[in-house]
Amino acid sequence: MADAKVIPFDDDRSRGNRRRTKAESAPAGEVQPLPLRGAAASEDDREDDREEDPVTPPAAPGPQTAAGDDGDGDGAGDGGLERRVAAGLSFLRRRLTGDYEVDDFGYDAELTDQVLMSLLRPVYEKYFRVEVKGVENIPAEGGALIVANHSGTLPLDGLMMQVAVHDHHPADRHLRLLAADLVFVLPVVNELARKLGHTLACAEDAERLLAQGELVGVMPEGFKGIGKPFGERYKLQRFGRGGFVSTALRQRAPIVPCSIVGAEEIYPMIGNSKTLARLLGFPYFPLTPTFPWLGPLGAVPLPTKWTIQFGEPIPTDGYAPEAAEDPVLMFNLTDQVREQIQHTLYKLLVQRRSVFF
Amino acid sequence: MGKVVLVTGVARHLGGRFVRRVQRDPDVERVVGVDAVAPEHHLGGADFVQADIRQSAIGRVLAETRADTVVHLDVTGTPLGSGSRTSVKETNVIGTMQLLGACQKSPTVRRLVVKSSTNVYGSAPRDPAVCTETTAPKSLPSGGFAKDAVEVEGYVRGFARRRPDVSVTVLRFANILGPAADTPLASYFALPVLPTVFGYDPRLQFVHEDDVIEVLRVCAHEPRRGTLNSGTFNIAGDGVLLLSQCSRRLGRPTVPLLLPAVTWAGSLVRTLGMTDFSPEQIRLLTHGRVVDTTQMRETLGFTPTYSTAGAFADFARGRDAGLLPPEALAGAVDRIAELSLRGSGHLPTQSAN
Repeated sequence: MADAKVIPFDDDRSRGNRRRTKAESAPAGEVQPLPLRGAAASEDDREDDREEDPVTPPAAPGPQTAAGDDGDGDGAGDGGLERRVAAGLSFLRRRLTGDYEVDDFGYDAELTDQVLMSLLRPVYEKYFRVEVKGVENIPAEGGALIVANHSGTLPLDGLMMQVAVHDHHPADRHLRLLAADLVFVLPVVNELARKLGHTLACAEDAERLLAQGELVGVMPEGFKGIGKPFGERYKLQRFGRGGFVSTALRQRAPIVPCSIVGAEEIYPMIGNSKTLARLLGFPYFPLTPTFPWLGPLGAVPLPTKWTIQFGEPIPTDGYAPEAAEDPVLMFNLTDQVREQIQHTLYKLLVQRRSVFF
Repeated sequence: MGKVVLVTGVARHLGGRFVRRVQRDPDVERVVGVDAVAPEHHLGGADFVQADIRQSAIGRVLAETRADTVVHLDVTGTPLGSGSRTSVKETNVIGTMQLLGACQKSPTVRRLVVKSSTNVYGSAPRDPAVCTETTAPKSLPSGGFAKDAVEVEGYVRGFARRRPDVSVTVLRFANILGPAADTPLASYFALPVLPTVFGYDPRLQFVHEDDVIEVLRVCAHEPRRGTLNSGTFNIAGDGVLLLSQCSRRLGRPTVPLLLPAVTWAGSLVRTLGMTDFSPEQIRLLTHGRVVDTTQMRETLGFTPTYSTAGAFADFARGRDAGLLPPEALAGAVDRIAELSLRGSGHLPTQSAN
């Protein structure tokens, strides 16, 4: 039931990448009242009703309401608060009684929209200040495969891409990410990943999602991309065996190339402790200038400025059905997608003023 | 021409229900129930033959009754009464071999229906999220009922090859629930506090007993127009429930335990013989399992009346309320809502002052 708790945004920022696990387990006592004057009175009334009740609909960030209050006067602010408290309580009620739906993949749309996204949003908006370009290249309906570069030691780029699509796409599309099998082995991580709508990166799951008309996100570089040393930043690694292309061809889903700039520098990986990695069963164990020397503090990512650019979709419906079995075509298409992402990366890097601004 | 249906495993609840139901079908002339022990429930006038399917006697029963349809329900995970795991395994595997051997010799058998389980897919983090009938499990079940089911299916495939004239149906049932279900999962949900594996929230799928009986009937008869009822089918209700949802809907609190502790406690409980909390059960409650039911709908032409959530709700109705009944929690939240409404009602006056 910890998932019903909402942690105020400002707290997350200091916690950096640990936010998800920490925020989940953080005691409800940390929750601060809304930034609305006069809320303290109602807070007192509710003291006796345990600590679960300061749950407010997280979709409404504080600053906006505060700004609205000045102009509209108290009446409107109270109505908003009332509505939000009511919405929050009905959300809490549904969560406590188990009265919510998940899909076959375990995607909990309500939890993602109301809680998990609002935990990620401050990181997205305030910490990495992500700038999104070309979101109109994502089709408004039907299946599509978004192919992105992968970097940053921890897969924060995937999560930020998910927030980008969720918050900016006019048709309110949800991105379903394909994640490495390691994600589904780790406790807590696998639970959150499933609830966020991620699933295992395998052809069966990808095809099923595309057939349902979902937007699927994949990072074909996998561990090679995310665990590459700092010196090789923004150099795309091999794109697997091009399985994503044959999946898209079979489902006739367009491929949307996506380039993410900024994620490479969040954890500059200067070394890789292979012994520790083997010991822990991870594909790599990063050594950065701060991690693991400063302990958990060293795991705070650097506040780089990100840009996510969605490119022109590459249609796949013009090919014959047997094209998915043609290795030459598959390699060509894979190269085309890879080239496009790489070129966009270089273009964005030239335009970038600095790593942090 | 009347049909003679032979049903194994009738001493169990499900077998008994199926026998009572299938007798009422107009084209069924005679139903013969077979089990090693006499059933405690009535069989609604069906003939009961006390025979152990592990013995070759089953061949005589089949020959004497001249059965044309065999419904093999004696593939189960739990012993009946005070049996041991060894005897269950023998009934599952040796029993199936004997029964299939008898069927192979019988000139009258036209149709064979075998109850299997979605346990054959195992439960692993590296499996695809949704298993179809053709999905090969990443890690084969290492033991217990799941392995039995895999072996039973292997023998059934062999039989289907040797007797192509017999229509063979294998039904892989998701976890069967109903008001009177006596499966290991049902006894797990009967615990006052549910131990769960920390950091995992498995996706579960259920099928209601009524649907099980219905789909067995569909398969025991000639296929309806436009459908095909031989082959292997996943049978499960629509949708998915997470274990956390199940516990909340039942009103039973959960105790998350670390995976090694759960495995250890499971083996301890098993050694003490308290319940059969098998490793495969723990794997299911860790990683979960969801199967695709397109074949059931489109090829078999069967649509279950209960969804996964519906089957679970019906099961929950038959249980006593847990420590945290959902109605009480909902009531508490409603009270808070009332309080906060009253509280915010005071707000304008306060700020005006």
